[in-house]
Amino acid sequence: MSLLELRNVEARYGPVRALHGVSLNVGEGEFVAVLGANGAGKTTTLRAVSGTVRRNGDVRLGGKKLRTPEGAARAGVAHVPEGRGTFAELSVWENLRLGSYTRRGSTKEDVQRVFALFPVLDRRRDQQAGTLSGGEQQMLALGRALMARPRLLLLDEPSLGLAPLIVKEIFDVLAKLNRDEGTAVLVVEQNANLALAAAARAYVLEVGRVVVDGPSDELRANESVRRSYLGY
Amino acid sequence: MLASFTWSEFAEQIVSGLADGSVYASLALALVLIYRSTRAINFAQGEMATFSTFIAWSLMNHGLSFWEAFPVVLAISFVGGVAVERVIIRPVEQAPVLTIVIITLGLALLLNGLMYVIWGGGDRPFKGGFSSSTVEVAGAHISIQYIGIIGVLALLVVVLGLFFRYTKLGLALRAAALNPDSSRLVGVRVSWMLALGWGLAALVGAVAGMMVAPLQFLGPNMMQAVLLYAFAAAVLGGLDSPVGAVVGGLILGLTIDLLGRYVGYIGSTLKLPVALLLILVFLFFRPGGLFGSVATRRV
Amino acid sequence: MPRVKLALEALAFLLLVAVVIVLPQVVSDFHARELAIVGMYFIALIGLNVLTGYSGQISLGHGAFMAIGGYTTAILISDHGMRDIWTIPVAGVVAGVAGLLVGLPALRLSGMYLALVTFGIAVAFPQVPKKYEHFMGGSSGKSTGLYKVELGFHTTPNRWLYYLTWAVALFLLAAAWALLRGKPGRTLQALRDSEVAALSSGVNVAVYKTAAFGISAFYAGVAGSLFAISSFLVTPETFAILLSVYLVVGLAAGGLGSLSGAIGGAALVFYLQNHADAVARWANHLPWLSVDPKQQGISSVVFGAVLIVIMLLLPTGAGGLLQRLLRPLTTRLYTRS
Repeated sequence: MSLLELRNVEARYGPVRALHGVSLNVGEGEFVAVLGANGAGKTTTLRAVSGTVRRNGDVRLGGKKLRTPEGAARAGVAHVPEGRGTFAELSVWENLRLGSYTRRGSTKEDVQRVFALFPVLDRRRDQQAGTLSGGEQQMLALGRALMARPRLLLLDEPSLGLAPLIVKEIFDVLAKLNRDEGTAVLVVEQNANLALAAAARAYVLEVGRVVVDGPSDELRANESVRRSYLGY
Repeated sequence: MLASFTWSEFAEQIVSGLADGSVYASLALALVLIYRSTRAINFAQGEMATFSTFIAWSLMNHGLSFWEAFPVVLAISFVGGVAVERVIIRPVEQAPVLTIVIITLGLALLLNGLMYVIWGGGDRPFKGGFSSSTVEVAGAHISIQYIGIIGVLALLVVVLGLFFRYTKLGLALRAAALNPDSSRLVGVRVSWMLALGWGLAALVGAVAGMMVAPLQFLGPNMMQAVLLYAFAAAVLGGLDSPVGAVVGGLILGLTIDLLGRYVGYIGSTLKLPVALLLILVFLFFRPGGLFGSVATRRV
Repeated sequence: MPRVKLALEALAFLLLVAVVIVLPQVVSDFHARELAIVGMYFIALIGLNVLTGYSGQISLGHGAFMAIGGYTTAILISDHGMRDIWTIPVAGVVAGVAGLLVGLPALRLSGMYLALVTFGIAVAFPQVPKKYEHFMGGSSGKSTGLYKVELGFHTTPNRWLYYLTWAVALFLLAAAWALLRGKPGRTLQALRDSEVAALSSGVNVAVYKTAAFGISAFYAGVAGSLFAISSFLVTPETFAILLSVYLVVGLAAGGLGSLSGAIGGAALVFYLQNHADAVARWANHLPWLSVDPKQQGISSVVFGAVLIVIMLLLPTGAGGLLQRLLRPLTTRLYTRS
């Protein structure tokens, strides 16, 4: 049984249907990518997992149904949304502290861990999050997600608007987490090349449906898939 | 135009102005707490505070001293505030703000009428927690009552400040008000945070009520004027700034008292309009109030 | 099809006119006066709708504009011997100018700040007549005398009041409707939905928003003038803060931006005010309740409870409900084209 299972999930924004019966799964400790063009439903898929969009269908983590965003967070899902979702008026340290909201006990270790991964956050720990640069905010958002010691990490376009060096840094951290701690990762990316290099498997969405999926190597090798869906 | 002046009386006026201001500041703080979380003004804040004060009065009639009744009333008020939010505000959390405002107006009417029904309409004396005698400082007779009120406000502000800054719950409350979507993602139950905000506001309002009641008589309409001043103080300080509410309240209290006493033309009739006029003029230059974060509208 | 919608609205208006004309013949003289007061609330609510429903500015102090209109009328009648009906437009204009004066600084304030400032104005205003006693009559007020039948009509004073009020109301309703369905109305709505977008489309937002204040104040002034005419004596209490509250309640109950809902709002506010004790008497029929309706406070409890229940059930007001009910009808009409 997979860690994350989506079965026939439909989602809509008001009258507009964004997902038409999407099914996918992520195994324990797996690194999976969701690809596709703009408007394909990638962001909506992540929202369906964290419960921040109206949806029907089956969404299960470790066999248990996920209903509300709070419930998903408690079950071990950490969602880094598009736009980072940082609390701009709160300090870096307060942002991180909120990340571990669902955990009891001392979180000193977790904060140290995040500071070790992203030393710049340590230097700016008392600064207002809104004053950080784009790259630093992405690190903060990721750091906040890690504070929860999640079973599943959801990332929405982590590379968006960032310099290539910072993107590399972030994906290195993701790979490390996935490798060393067994955190499952579901990442949405427009940069298909980058995603396929990091992920073991990928799903390609088009107009709210899964059109192709499989191991990254296969997708990359398949020229027609590359041309039609991955844009290169 | 300026009335007679002595330093000792001036000192007494300052103290009484700060004391009045402390009451306005407390109620304004309650208003700001609710505004930050629900984005609406709670027009029932005054009546809720008066209701709490009546409960204190009843408890004291049953043998409790003021300071014994005090924590009990705070607890009851907190629960009451949470209940109000859960029952009548939650269903319309997504409705237009005007709807929520009307509901609080309805609640104000309801509570006011209920007080008449339960306790009757007469004004009655209320013995507060501080002695009503005065203490002499350099020729001025400073009322202990006033010092006590200022002290209680100061304590309230410190405790709340510590709560919001250094506890996990306080942080969650702030987060829920600032960014509800992100708060949900980290597992904060935003809806309950709103309820908590209302509970705290009711608690703070109860403090205001129990502080002001000894200065006047306790009656169902006791807090109506205070509520108006609290609105003015909150607007002056910035509707989303707790610091602003406190500073605004103190400034307002001082200004109104001093103006009313020393500027004969204004006297007691025009105290309120002049105070409001001053705030209006101030808002023209700083539309967000002293500490508010509303961006200036330039249209 | 816009033309079908136009026809429907015209039909509704004609229906309203017919009802207005016929109604006094079937109700008692006393009720005619009550219905006249409903009409006055209606006039004020139309104006408030233009301001809040269309230009998106909240005012919790329109009672003050009614007061300005009412006092203008009272002073003109009692000190200058003007005939009451001629004072109505004057009162409206005076209030309208006051509205423009408020509207200008209001441009700087947003949302709840504006709401509270206008609330403050309405609270502070009753103090003004008390201070300027010889001009405005102080606490004892200014008399307007009894209203008499004018212009050669043959009817009772109460019915005359009714017809006067509703004639003005229908005229002003038609004027507002014409204004709102044309370019000004659409501009106001665009403004309400996004000021930034409107501004970048070249709309002079300041002019529109200030004008909206002026117009709504004019309407309130007219309503206040009629109030004064109907009241024999105008005192600071005639236009107390509670009036502004009632107006806002009527606005919310009728639905923002809904002229048709405004009638419902006006009726609700009036009847709730004056018949809360009747509701209390009815509530006595419930077996577990035994309250004395005359007891002080009961009518407030009832009014408050009913208000809460109505807003919980109809968060978008009667107009919103009307819209939802009529949606199947109107969408079918639209798709048929």
